[in-house]
Amino acid sequence: MRLASICLQLAAGECVCLSGASGSGKSMLLRAVADLDPHQGDVLLDGQPCSQMPAHDWRRQVAMLAAESQWWFDVVGPHFEQVDHALLSALGFGAEVMEWQVARLSSGERQRLALLRLLSHQPKVLLLDEPTANLDYDNTLRIEHLIKTYSTEQQAPVLWISHDAAQIARVADRYVVIDGGRLRQVVP
Amino acid sequence: MTPMILSWWDIALAALLVIALAGLSFWQRLALERQILIAGSRTIIQLVLVGYVLTLLFKEAAWPWIALMATVMLAVAGYEVMARQKRRLVGGWGYGIGTASMFVSSFTLTLFALLVLIGNEPWYQPQYAIPLLGMMLGNTMNSIAICLDRLLNGAWQQRAVIEARLMLGQHWQQAISELRRDAMRAGMIPAINGMAAVGVVSLPGMMTGQILAGAEPMQAVKYQIIIMFLIAAGAGFGALVALHLGARRLFDERQRLRLERLRNAE
Repeated sequence: MRLASICLQLAAGECVCLSGASGSGKSMLLRAVADLDPHQGDVLLDGQPCSQMPAHDWRRQVAMLAAESQWWFDVVGPHFEQVDHALLSALGFGAEVMEWQVARLSSGERQRLALLRLLSHQPKVLLLDEPTANLDYDNTLRIEHLIKTYSTEQQAPVLWISHDAAQIARVADRYVVIDGGRLRQVVP
Repeated sequence: MTPMILSWWDIALAALLVIALAGLSFWQRLALERQILIAGSRTIIQLVLVGYVLTLLFKEAAWPWIALMATVMLAVAGYEVMARQKRRLVGGWGYGIGTASMFVSSFTLTLFALLVLIGNEPWYQPQYAIPLLGMMLGNTMNSIAICLDRLLNGAWQQRAVIEARLMLGQHWQQAISELRRDAMRAGMIPAINGMAAVGVVSLPGMMTGQILAGAEPMQAVKYQIIIMFLIAAGAGFGALVALHLGARRLFDERQRLRLERLRNAE
């Protein structure tokens, strides 16, 4: 499958929701923006093209969160380079969470901690691939709130894949649909 | 003590044991007799052929022939390393990385042993060079094959974790570091166990052979110690090279994980 030429511009602090049928290329687009797959075209951050930035720097600034978080150490702590304690308590955790076993976390806890891990790098852009797909309503609202707060405070644009109309209504400043490899803006 | 000379009759008697085993397998319907007889025949044919080659080589002792023999041994060992991997790098990489790391580990260490430790005149005397290289290749081959298999198969299975780490801005070396460490550990276990158990659990073949051929036990022991150290070092260096090259090939210049560079051998 290929995407047609796609032109999308995100303003500082703007939240753009993206949806489309399964297999329409939503994740492909996000992965290309994160430079995880080879792709044509270029992505610019504050006028600087992705191709001229070291790949790891790019991904640190243009950070991506998937529906299912990944963990590779037994306990939570070693996954974090630095911990923002204000964010930690905003998400309902105490400092002791760093000692917890990853295997014993609930899916909601995992996803909140994964978001925290991502935000602790202070990314300039957020790419979210159905970040609340596996979560209950309370956890979904918490994640949404945290993302919106971060985006507003840091003026970070967000590109958010979501299928949930209610969620899109809650968080989106703009809503686009991907169809036949092209983007189509949905006017509310 | 002069070594006892074995006759073809002795070999025939030993072969009777294998034939008896095949007969037992037939009688018990184990369906192994064919495999046993073929493997036994291969042992005789292959070793006799090698015997002729070595006899010729020892008589001539000309370095181009020795170099040719060594190259053939390396090429076969490189193929064996590739053949033992479930997922292989496509193109020449699967063969190239295995062979290159075997070359670095076995060739350089055999050269070191011949030039510095043994110090023959000429240094490439085939009675020393070929068996030494054979032992090095045979043992480092295992380590390198295990390491590469763990690394490539692991990368396939842990794709999501590796990419999650890349998405957090980690370098490719960091994103694959745990997997690389596990692969290295798995590859070094045979060499480490070999060093730890030698003499207590097992008497190594080379030492036993030297003693049977009439060498002083202490002399045979010294040779064996050197060989064990060479094998451990060779396995380690070879595995490090193979893991570095293999891991590098899994990522492109933009540090993306490129699993389409692997294919399933099954």
